[in-house]
Amino acid sequence: MTSSFSLRKSQLFVLLRPGFLVGLAILLSSIALALFPSFFAPFDPNAFNYSALKQPPSAEHWFGTDNLGRDTFSRVIWAYSVNIQMAFVATIFALIIGVTVGSLVGYYGGIADAIFGRCVDAIITFPFLVLVIAVVAVLGPGLTNMYIAITLVGWVYYARLMRAEIMGQLANDYAAAGKVMGYSDRRIIFRHLLPNAITPVIVYWMTDMALAILLGSSLGYLGLGAQPPQAEWGVLIAEGRNFITTAWWLSLMPGIAIVLTGLGFSLVGDGIADLMRPRG
Amino acid sequence: MSSLSYFISRLLQIIPTFLIVMVIIFLLVRALPGDPAIAMADAKATAEQLEQIRERLGLHEPIWVQFAYFVKNVFTGNLGDSILMKAPVTEVILERLPASGFLALYAVLFSLLIAGPLAFVAALNRNGWIDVGIRSVFQIGLSTPVFYIGLLLLTFLAAQMRWFPVGGYGTTFWEHMYHLLLPALTVALYTSAIIMRNLRSSVIEVMDAEYVQFARAKGLPEHVILGRHILRNALISTVTLLGLSIGNLMSGTLVTETVFAVPGVGRLMLDAIFARDYPLIQGLTLTFAVLVSLIFLLTDMIQAMLDPRLRVS
Amino acid sequence: MLENAHITSAHPRILDVKNLSTSFDVAGKQLKAVDNVSFHLNQGEVLGIVGESGSGKSITLRSIIGLSRRYGEVTGEVNWQGENLVAMLERDLRKVRGKDIAMIFQEPMSSLNPLLTVGLQIGENLVEHTSLDKPGRRRRSIELLEMVGIPDAENRLNDYPHQFSGGMRQRVMIAIALASNPKLLLADEPTTALDVTIQKQILKLILDLSKDLGMAVILVTHDLGVAAQTCDRLAVMYGGKLVETGATREVLRAPKHRYTMGLLQSVPENIEPRTPLFSLPGTPPSLMNLPLGCAFAPRCAHSVADCAEKKPPLIGEQHQVACFNPTNSGEATKGVA
Repeated sequence: MTSSFSLRKSQLFVLLRPGFLVGLAILLSSIALALFPSFFAPFDPNAFNYSALKQPPSAEHWFGTDNLGRDTFSRVIWAYSVNIQMAFVATIFALIIGVTVGSLVGYYGGIADAIFGRCVDAIITFPFLVLVIAVVAVLGPGLTNMYIAITLVGWVYYARLMRAEIMGQLANDYAAAGKVMGYSDRRIIFRHLLPNAITPVIVYWMTDMALAILLGSSLGYLGLGAQPPQAEWGVLIAEGRNFITTAWWLSLMPGIAIVLTGLGFSLVGDGIADLMRPRG
Repeated sequence: MSSLSYFISRLLQIIPTFLIVMVIIFLLVRALPGDPAIAMADAKATAEQLEQIRERLGLHEPIWVQFAYFVKNVFTGNLGDSILMKAPVTEVILERLPASGFLALYAVLFSLLIAGPLAFVAALNRNGWIDVGIRSVFQIGLSTPVFYIGLLLLTFLAAQMRWFPVGGYGTTFWEHMYHLLLPALTVALYTSAIIMRNLRSSVIEVMDAEYVQFARAKGLPEHVILGRHILRNALISTVTLLGLSIGNLMSGTLVTETVFAVPGVGRLMLDAIFARDYPLIQGLTLTFAVLVSLIFLLTDMIQAMLDPRLRVS
Repeated sequence: MLENAHITSAHPRILDVKNLSTSFDVAGKQLKAVDNVSFHLNQGEVLGIVGESGSGKSITLRSIIGLSRRYGEVTGEVNWQGENLVAMLERDLRKVRGKDIAMIFQEPMSSLNPLLTVGLQIGENLVEHTSLDKPGRRRRSIELLEMVGIPDAENRLNDYPHQFSGGMRQRVMIAIALASNPKLLLADEPTTALDVTIQKQILKLILDLSKDLGMAVILVTHDLGVAAQTCDRLAVMYGGKLVETGATREVLRAPKHRYTMGLLQSVPENIEPRTPLFSLPGTPPSLMNLPLGCAFAPRCAHSVADCAEKKPPLIGEQHQVACFNPTNSGEATKGVA
C-alpha cells in the first residue's frame, strides 16, 4: 500500500519558504500562549484596578486597560486558550463524521448517495454562518452550543469532499482488485481507499481551522459564542465596542491576535496544500 | 427560446433541493424542547391564541401532515407573527430587506472594483513584487474577520475622523449611499479577498490559453486581445466566483449590519435570536435560503448569456 | 549571402533562420528550449520539423513569429524578406504575423475562442490585415470556409467553435490562418488531436493549399509517418538542437544520425506481423539539465569518447548531421522506405 503522503524531494523546498516558516512560527507561539497563558501574561486578566481605568497603550499596559482597569494584553493572552481550542474542537468532530459518512456514501452509492447529494445541495444553499446562527438560536448561545452548531453544519463539507475522493479512488483498478480478492468492504474502505483519498480532506481541514477561529470569534462578537466575562477575542472586541470614541484600543488590540493567528494557520495550511499537491 | 427552456429546467432542479431546505427549517423549530406552539407565541399569549397557533401549524396532526401545513404556510406567505415586532413575519422581513439588498449590491460593486483590477494587475505582473505585494495584503485580508474590518473603519473613519456616520441607513438614495459606504466597503474588503485569489489564477489561465496565443499569432493588436479575448473569458470566471461567494457575501452583510447598526435582515436575525422570536428566526432562515437559490439561478443565467457553450439547444 | 544561387533559382529562399536560441527562466534556472538552430526554407517548400515532445520543435516555431519572446529570451536571426524578425519591434512584427506568416495550432478546440463566432474570428484577421469593408469581409470569410471544405459556409459563420466537429474545427483554424494569403504557414502538430482518417484529409488540405497558393509550410510533428508523406525536406530535433536535416527521401533512405535511425526503426511499416517493435531505450532528456555533450549520447549505443564532452556541430551540404559517429551510408535500415 503506497501512502498518499509520499513526497517528492523537490516538493520539500515548500517547507523552507519564508511564508511557511513565518506561519509555523506564529502557529507554534500561539499554541505555547494557549497552553501557558499564566507564564506569558504580565497581569491577572480578571484583576480590577480602579487606579488605572481605560488607560491607553503604554510600556506597562501594552494594549491599554479597560473600563474596570483590567490589562487588555493579559486578557488577550488568556483568550488564546479558548480561541486556539476553537480551531481544533470546532473542526475535529466535523472531520471525523464527514470522513466516515463521505467514505460510506461514496463507496456504497445507490439510494443513500442520492439522498446525501440532495441534502448537501440543500445545506450549501444556506450561507454557512446563517445556518450556524440558526442552530445556535435553537440551542441557545454559548461556547458548547456553538461547537455543536458548527459541527452539525460543517461535517457536510468534509463528507462532500471525501465522497468525491472515494469515488475517484474507486475508479482505480486496485479497488476492484480488492473486491475480487474477497476483502471485506470495511477493509477496502478503511485500509485501501481512505489513506489515498484523505489528502485533500486534510488540506481542507487546515484551512478550516483558520476559518473556525474567525467564525468562533465572530460568533463571540455577536454574543452567540463564548459569553462574558470569559476572555475571548470576539467577546473582548464586543466589550470594547462601547468605547470606540474614548478607548479605541479596547476593541482594536484584540483583533491583532485574531489576524495574526488566522494568518499563521492559513500560511501553514497553504504550505501543506502545496506539499501534498500531486504535481509540483 | 432555448434560454427559456434552460431557465425552466434550472428552476425545476431547485425544487427537490428546496423541499429539503424546508425540511431542515421545519425540523429546526421542532427540535426545540417543549410545545412548539409556546415557542412560537408571545410569552403573554392566551390559551386561545396558543390554540390558534396549534391550528395553523397543525400540531394536532401527525408530523408529516404538520410538514404539509408548513409547506402550505410558506407558499401562502403565512409565516406567523413576529413576537418581537408584533407584526406578521413576512411584513417585517419585507420591510427590512431593501436595506440589506442595497448594502449587498453596493458591496458587490465595491468587490468588483477592488478585486477585478487588482487581479489583472497581479496576473500581468505574475510573481513580480507588485503581484507578491497584492497577494500578501489579501492574505492578511483573508485572516481578518468581517466585524473587525468594520470596527477598524468605524473607529478611524467614523468615530475619530467623523467623515462618515456611525450607523443608520438614511431615507433618500444618496443618504443610503453615504450611510452604507463604510458598511459596503467592509463587506467588499472581505469578499474581494476571497474572490481575488481565484480571479488572479483564472486570469492567468485565460492569458496563457491557446486561443490567446492564436489571437496573437493572427497579428491582432494587444488591446483587441485584451478586450475581446481575455476580458470576456475572465468575466465568466468573475461571475462564477461572485455566485460562489454569495454565501460569504450574505454572512458578511449580516455581521456588518450589526457593526454599523444598519436596519437590515441580518441585524433583525440577531435581534430575533436574543428575543427568542422563533417565527421570525424561521422566516429569516427561509428568506436567506430563497435568496441564495435565486442568486445561484441568476448566476447560471448570466453565465449562459456570456458563454455560448452553455446555451444548449 | 554565400548561396546566391538559391535566391535566383526558381524557388527563391524566403526564410533564413540563423543561430536561433530561446531560453526560459524556470524557478531561477535557465531552460534552453531552442539551442542555436539554423535552417532555411524556399518558396512553396514544405519543411518538416520532427522530434519527440519536449525536443523544442514547437518553441522553434513560436520563436519565428515572436510568440515566445514574452515568456523568455530569444536570440539569433530570423530573416524574412530582408528583415530580421527577432530584432523587430512588436508593433512591426504584428504586421507580419498573421499576414505574411500565419500559424495554426495543435488543439483546434482550445485554440479557437469559445465565446466568439467563427465569422468574427475570421473577420478580425481581415480587419487587421486587409482593407476590405464589412460586406467584403463577409464574402471573403465565406470564400475561405468554402476553400477549406466547410459545407454550408454562409450559415456557419454565426456558429461557435463548439458547434463544429474536431476535423471541421481544424479546417476553420486553417481558414483563419489563410485569411490574408500568407506566404508561409507554420503548422504546429495540426493533426495530432484528430482521428487517423481526418488526419489524412487535413494533411491533404494543407498540401493542396500550399500548392495552389504557392505557400511554404513548416510542419512540426512528432509523427515521422506524417512527415514522410508530406514534406519535401526534414529537420530532426533533439534536446533543443537540430541533429539532422536534408531532403525527405535522403533522410529516410539513409539516415545519418543515430536518433533519426532509431525513430525510423520504431515506425511499424512494411514489417512481418508479430515482429517485436523496436523502441529507443531511455527517455528524452529534460531541458532543465541537458548533458554537457551530445544530448542523445546517454541513449546512444554508438557513442564515442567525444560525445559526452562536446556538442557535435551540424555539418554537411544538402544532407547535414550533428554527430561524431554517424551511420555509414551503407548501413541497412528498416521501416519507412
